[in-house]
Amino acid sequence: MRTDTIPLVRAVRSALNAEDPSAKVTAEPVTGAEIFVRALEAEGVEVVFGHPGGAVIHIYDEIARLKPRFQHILVRHEQGGTHMAEGYAKATGRVGTVLVTSGPGATNTVTGIADAYMDSVPLVVFTGQVPTKLIGNDAFQETDTIGITRSITKHSFLVRDVRDLAWTIKAAYHIARTGRPGPVVVDLPKDVLLSRAPFTYPEEVHLRGYKLPGPPDPERIREAAEMIAASRRPLLYVGGGTINANAAELLTRLARKARIPVTTTLHGLGAFPEDDPLSLGMLGMHGTWYANQAVQHADLIIAVGARFDDRVTGRVDTWAPHAKVIHIDIDPACISKNVPADCAIVGDVRAVLEQLLPLVAPKDTKAWLAEIEQWRAECPLTYETHDGKLRAQYVIERIRAKTGGHAVVVSDVGQHQMWTAQYFRFLHPRTHITSGGLGTMGFALPAAIGAAFGLRGRSDWPIVCISGDGGFVMNAQELGVAAAHRLPIKVAVINNNFLGMVRQWQELFHEHRFSHTDLSDTNPDFVELAEAFHCVGLRATRPEEVDAVLEEAWKVNDRPVVIDFQVVKEEMVFPMVPAGASTSEMITKRLTPNAFV
Amino acid sequence: MQTEMPTLTPQQILRRRKAGEPILPDEPEQVHRHTITVLLENTIGALIRVVNLFSARGFNLESVTVGETDDPTVSRMTIVTTGNDRIIGQVLRQLDRLIDTLHVEDLSGSSFVERELCLLKVSYTNETRAAIMDTAEIFRGKVVDITPNTMTFELTGPTSKIEAFIKLMKPHGILEVARSGRVAMRRSSGSWLTHEDPVLKLSAER
Repeated sequence: MRTDTIPLVRAVRSALNAEDPSAKVTAEPVTGAEIFVRALEAEGVEVVFGHPGGAVIHIYDEIARLKPRFQHILVRHEQGGTHMAEGYAKATGRVGTVLVTSGPGATNTVTGIADAYMDSVPLVVFTGQVPTKLIGNDAFQETDTIGITRSITKHSFLVRDVRDLAWTIKAAYHIARTGRPGPVVVDLPKDVLLSRAPFTYPEEVHLRGYKLPGPPDPERIREAAEMIAASRRPLLYVGGGTINANAAELLTRLARKARIPVTTTLHGLGAFPEDDPLSLGMLGMHGTWYANQAVQHADLIIAVGARFDDRVTGRVDTWAPHAKVIHIDIDPACISKNVPADCAIVGDVRAVLEQLLPLVAPKDTKAWLAEIEQWRAECPLTYETHDGKLRAQYVIERIRAKTGGHAVVVSDVGQHQMWTAQYFRFLHPRTHITSGGLGTMGFALPAAIGAAFGLRGRSDWPIVCISGDGGFVMNAQELGVAAAHRLPIKVAVINNNFLGMVRQWQELFHEHRFSHTDLSDTNPDFVELAEAFHCVGLRATRPEEVDAVLEEAWKVNDRPVVIDFQVVKEEMVFPMVPAGASTSEMITKRLTPNAFV
Repeated sequence: MQTEMPTLTPQQILRRRKAGEPILPDEPEQVHRHTITVLLENTIGALIRVVNLFSARGFNLESVTVGETDDPTVSRMTIVTTGNDRIIGQVLRQLDRLIDTLHVEDLSGSSFVERELCLLKVSYTNETRAAIMDTAEIFRGKVVDITPNTMTFELTGPTSKIEAFIKLMKPHGILEVARSGRVAMRRSSGSWLTHEDPVLKLSAER
């Protein structure tokens, strides 16, 4: 067995070159570093989020020398760089690019790569590596990057020959972008970047083991249409795959045509406008009461680009007990993984919905919708508004009012993330960006910066980062990047001086022992922190100050604005299905502690 | 996802042995042994990805063999694993999703040949020598090395045959056993290229 990672590459490459005269070519041999820069240009890369170091210094030299069409953004920490690339990818639907050095540069990207893997975000992460002959030698800044990232990447390549470099870069982007998107790591030993080969960028690559789903099976789609026609209480359960496939509009047409109510996952938010009466908001652990009631009473669940995550289903054996399941997903490995599907359609969500839509007739779901309206009236999303104290929900509602929903909202992880999901009422796909699967605190600020770079010249909607006081400081250094590029992002720090979500669990399940969650003594002054990074810092402590502060923040268009919203610390996210409990055991409001443990 | 029979850690095996508990749990009815054959890119990276998938997803692994095929760029793995049919379906699809795997097939349920190679070193005396040779003959074992007091046999066959041979040799004093793990192939006239792929032609599961 050979140790090279890409067999046949040379054979395939030469075959492709022979057939492809339009490939971008240099006649003279050039260095690997130059090939790298030219390949990224040929790939149409717009932005590279990177940090230099010894192993990639020659690439940085070529960037300075060649002045390529892509922009390089110097990040403050490689983790921030990977989240920026994720934000860029989620906002635009394009592949995000990261470039870091070997050793610590590579290991710092691990969290971001894992995050992208869990949330199916297309990324290509280029990591420097020590020269080939030193690999395995415990050389300075050496780490087994391929080994470390193997279980959190869709695929990875170690380039051992400069002649394979251009092909590998093409293959990496192809793999990241197609099928179920995901992160790809390309490890670049320094000697490969220094040796020379003629540059040829292939127009396409063929990977014989890479199976992309073909056109969906029309038989199954007919079967699904029959199941929809036969159902009396159907429910669309929509996940991020719908947005990845750019199928939000089709999904909306399907729901409206057949009068089927829609609930979305955290990543599905924006796939269906939440101002539509058919929208039930989010389902699952912190989903709405009415969405979860609809799940428990439905006779048909139509899962579209969703994966039945444990935060959605809770106890899986009591989830949707009366429902048959249609599961539409691009990844066959997702089908029947957690919940058995009665009808499985493997394929691109867009292609499936295009075929399904004409087969589905308008349905009479009046009685079912009336039942749902009763649940909605019984237990709407609500919070205390009369005690004069500032709450995160109010802040989020005011940001929604300020923007009319025409904004890209990037949330971090924790209570504010759930409140954003509950109260923002998203209207458009790709306007809600968050870390769902991995739940990475510190995601929001760099992801918002990445989204801002991605949407420059594409959209004039504001980019609003909603973070908690705990998560914000985890990557606060990236404010330097936002300030350096004068990005007018609005950063709302929902500051309760606590690690709020953990505090909530401690109050509910651990008898008020707030072990290591109180940050009141250690939090920085967020206004001063913002100003130290050359950003504008603002503060609101009472509900009546919120609108004025937002007004002021929205006037700033040449710098980031950080707003410290000092909210009450005792507030909890409701409704809630306790972890591992059945969806029907939902808590809808604060009860005596431990009443349900 | 958890399998019903996760791979045990060395500590768990020692603890169970000390407590006199069985190391292999009783197999529930729906749990079967599956022989999976995987064709993959002939690189170490591809091999590690396959094995890694088993550990990362918590799938049980009983035996793994791997070797080059007639095409030097392709290697063939035979994996024996235990689990219920739903879990195995998962394993197959996860394996198939890897970019380095060319073909994945569960042979169980169809007719297939499964063989294992065993090298066994046993000590002998003049008194036991004849009995040992007789047993080996019955099993069609071949002597591949002999010293004044030890003999090494080569034996191939289904796992049950290898295990029976080891059991019969035990009283004579086994010094060493090396087993290859199982290799398997479908009984039919076609090759893997002509078989319908059960993974890609995924049908509704009820």
